[in-house]
Amino acid sequence: MKTYKASIDVMPHDNLLDPQGKAVSGAMPNLGLPEITGVRIGKHITLRLEAKDRKTAEAKVDEACRKLLANLIMEKYSFSVEEQA
Amino acid sequence: MKCGVVIFPGSNCDEDMVQVLEAQGGGPVERLWHKEHDLRGCDLVVLPGGFSYGDYLRSGAIARFSPILQEVAAHAERGGLVLGVCNGFQVLCEAGLLPGALLHNGGQRFICRNVHITPATKRTALTSAIARKVLTIPIAHGEGRYHIDAAGLKRLKDGDQVLFRYCDAEGNVHEEANPNGSMDHIAGVCNEGRNVFGMMPHPERAADALLGNTDGMALFTGLLKAVAV
Amino acid sequence: MATTTIDPDTAPAGVETARKLGLLPEEFERIQVILGRTPNFNELSIYSAMWSEHCSYKNSIRLLKTLPRTGPKLLAEAGQENAGLVDIGDGWACAFKIESHNHPSAIEPYQGAATGVGGINRDIFTMGARPIAQLNSLRFGDIATEARSRWHMRGVVKGIGDYGNAFGVPVLGGEVYFDPCYTTNPLVNAMSVGIVRTDRVISATSHGAGNPVFIVGSATGKDGIHGASFASKDITESSMEDLPAVQVGDPFMEKLLLEASLELAGTDAIIGMQDMGAAGITCSTSEMSAKGGTGMDIHLDRVPTRQDGMRAWEILLSESQERMLVVVKKGREAEVKAIFDKWDLNCVEIGTVTEAAPMPGASAGKGGMLRYFMHGRVVATMPAESLVLGGGAPVYERAVKEPAYFAENRRFNGAEVPEPDDLRAVAYDLLASPNIASKRWVYEQYDTMVRTNNMSTNAPSDAGLVLLRDTGRALAVTVDCNGRYVHADPRKGTMIAVCEAARNIACSGGDPCGVTNCLNFGNPYDPEVYWQFSEAIAGMGEACRALGTPVTGGNVSFYNQTVNADSTVPVFPTPTIGMVGVLNDAGKRMGLGFRSKGELIYLLGRSTDDIACSEYLVRHHGIRRSPAPYFDLEEETRLHTMLLMLIRSGVLSAAHDVSDGGLWVTLVEMGLVNGLGFDIVTDSEVRADAFLFGEGQGRAVVAVNEDQENAFLDLMRASRVPFILLGHVTKAKLVVDDQPFGTIADARKAYEEAIPAIMRRP
Repeated sequence: MKTYKASIDVMPHDNLLDPQGKAVSGAMPNLGLPEITGVRIGKHITLRLEAKDRKTAEAKVDEACRKLLANLIMEKYSFSVEEQA
Repeated sequence: MKCGVVIFPGSNCDEDMVQVLEAQGGGPVERLWHKEHDLRGCDLVVLPGGFSYGDYLRSGAIARFSPILQEVAAHAERGGLVLGVCNGFQVLCEAGLLPGALLHNGGQRFICRNVHITPATKRTALTSAIARKVLTIPIAHGEGRYHIDAAGLKRLKDGDQVLFRYCDAEGNVHEEANPNGSMDHIAGVCNEGRNVFGMMPHPERAADALLGNTDGMALFTGLLKAVAV
Repeated sequence: MATTTIDPDTAPAGVETARKLGLLPEEFERIQVILGRTPNFNELSIYSAMWSEHCSYKNSIRLLKTLPRTGPKLLAEAGQENAGLVDIGDGWACAFKIESHNHPSAIEPYQGAATGVGGINRDIFTMGARPIAQLNSLRFGDIATEARSRWHMRGVVKGIGDYGNAFGVPVLGGEVYFDPCYTTNPLVNAMSVGIVRTDRVISATSHGAGNPVFIVGSATGKDGIHGASFASKDITESSMEDLPAVQVGDPFMEKLLLEASLELAGTDAIIGMQDMGAAGITCSTSEMSAKGGTGMDIHLDRVPTRQDGMRAWEILLSESQERMLVVVKKGREAEVKAIFDKWDLNCVEIGTVTEAAPMPGASAGKGGMLRYFMHGRVVATMPAESLVLGGGAPVYERAVKEPAYFAENRRFNGAEVPEPDDLRAVAYDLLASPNIASKRWVYEQYDTMVRTNNMSTNAPSDAGLVLLRDTGRALAVTVDCNGRYVHADPRKGTMIAVCEAARNIACSGGDPCGVTNCLNFGNPYDPEVYWQFSEAIAGMGEACRALGTPVTGGNVSFYNQTVNADSTVPVFPTPTIGMVGVLNDAGKRMGLGFRSKGELIYLLGRSTDDIACSEYLVRHHGIRRSPAPYFDLEEETRLHTMLLMLIRSGVLSAAHDVSDGGLWVTLVEMGLVNGLGFDIVTDSEVRADAFLFGEGQGRAVVAVNEDQENAFLDLMRASRVPFILLGHVTKAKLVVDDQPFGTIADARKAYEEAIPAIMRRP
């Protein structure tokens, strides 16, 4: 078995309203940064797992994303998996 | 003597605060709009509860960049009195006017209920008029778990800057009486200058006999006495 | 094949497209007659939305019209405005309404419930009223056995809390019931109560040709348009991916919209305003126009959108949240824009009001025409009147059939049910039943104290009491419905729901003044469901007439059911009653808690041997088939009158009605408030389990201080309300017929810990 580390990004679907991102975009002029727009806010998740190979690790992470980490009705996810020394 | 209540977009305890300040003899209260650059000569500035800017990103994180906050900071710097309740406390911490931060409650849920708090110091305008050991004051927050690093906590204690701690009905401070997991059971703190106050419980919700609780009145008595001189 | 340049959305569409949009063939015929031509896809989409059950009430309106809808204090009749409007004195009116968000909550409990709260509050502040209290009525499956029901409950409660807490309106009351019939189809009914100066009420109307029409609030996205999208001709894989599966609520935006709308109400710059719920721009433009008898030209390309490349029908049907349509007086535009600018909200002129002008060739062309434009080209047009309820929308009456179970229920004989040996064990088990146990886990997630008007925080009462500081009055608000009773006997069960609401208000010291209802039923095309519906409406009408509480409006939600492989099981018919009452003197309010040791405890109302439909019968004996409990409408109204007389005479120290769980639960709840106990004797004429746990209606328990006993007895003897002395309040002990039933602390443990323990499970 090998140890892998996964980095996962969970983001609201592009077509969905993101009230949080919208409010943060709206605050940018107050910081003197009016050129910043289109803020969307998601979650970054890291985790460790044991697996026999990278393919299995990716499948496990994918399962965790689908079952728990992301709500597929509202969110999409992407991830990368790297082996740890 | 003049009191002002700041209104951010998303503030929702602003009118409650105005009503109580006026009922306690605080005179006509100024409503200070977040886009303004002028405190209109207010001696006491209150940041009320609510969800400023929706509390998106982190509670109070966006409000600290609003124009009025620059004036509030300058007022505090000059030694003027500032009180932040609930979201107001969160804004003052984000703005660096008070030490520490407010994290998601230990139970990860919003909690609205009456809690008991005990004053930890007499040496502030806010707590000077409190005669009782235990006050019943409601809380209503999802992010009220007070957090500060070890060195900061030591400075707070050494400087007698803890205003209130959560306690039970008899005034005993312990884990079961702490509703949100706050460090050292802290419910409110002040700055080193002792002129900026922040607390999660809502004293303005406990200041009307018709609602059956007047425990919060003593806090306003103390504050108004301090600005009256 | 030659490519055509014709826009598929404006080319004539056929009956097959209409069918895909959910329109019946005869409805398609009717549209052709109205228009005098074949409709295009945009127009069909509009009719399909406006003639849907949700907007047209086509399968319910005929029966709803039999409800009492007038009264001396009513300022707007049912259906006239977005919510009911009742005169509460001193120049103030109360606007209130309840609405369901069941189906969205079944799929995504958090956002479904949140957007439900947003929608009902917009109905109130679009009238110029400031919401001052919220209530909710929730139904879930059995949380003790179903992980899905716990997921529903967690999400719904958090959704209501997160939205309502940020919006800043306190939750003053509510109810939560559990039954397996709600496992796949929970019920989420939200009520909002607001107040407005009677001379500041904003109407949902439009008039004055040339007046500009504005859309304000959030940008428009492709929310809630799945039905039409599936029917759209050029549907592709990617265009479906483009559709949000759920709507996301933004309470921050709603709060800004509230403040801006109320500032607007303070001016006289506007003609009318309506919030956008179902069928968005279509519904608001057509209803406002139909009400004012005028038309509108709307330029859809001017609507601010959240997603690129939206088509006309997508903009027309979008149900994006936190938007309003405002008709402004010409020349006052700058004033209106300044208000929305202050609150950093969109405020865009999208059209103008037009004069009434019948459409050539149209048969139902009275009133004005709606014309929707896209880049200067008309993409849809029809008479406003033809779209709306009370106008051209179809009205149906469905077939009814009495279900077999109804006769079966009547064969129940309570005398055959054995009395338990250990009443104390049953009593404690009842306190731990989720239907009875404390709902603290739920309501502590709601801000119940913001706006500092909740008089029931520190002194709980049967109905929520809202202080009106300006006038010294108070409102009493409640939501009630025991779906099990309604299922057992829809007519009687609904009467009970109305009477329980009124009893709660009377026990708190208020005069009931109006009703709003949320009618949650199964499929109306099922004759047995429609029988339940028609019986429920009949019962509601009878009870509301007897109590003098007109029905000011509400909402119908059909198709609440569990679809199994081989059957479809409707939920318990659940006609939730929201009721508002007035206390002319807030100081004359009554609480439900015992106040001190030694107070005398009296039971008002008739005691019977009835255990039918009780939580005790279902939980302890496992009997789910029985008729509705004992109920007598006349006894009930006499009890309410008597309660109010006693309260106003100042002879009571507490009053609490007897409902779910029976007398035992009532007494425990009265003791919990101040940690006091009770010592009572049961009535030897009545079987003990029925006396303690039976849910016979028309009863209340009152506490009387010894020095008021004579005055109390004088008033009672002069009345026709039966009453008996039960016993007295103790320091902490619970005693029934000299048998120890533990202490109030024991009862608190059972009552408080049941739901948190269940909700700790995943």
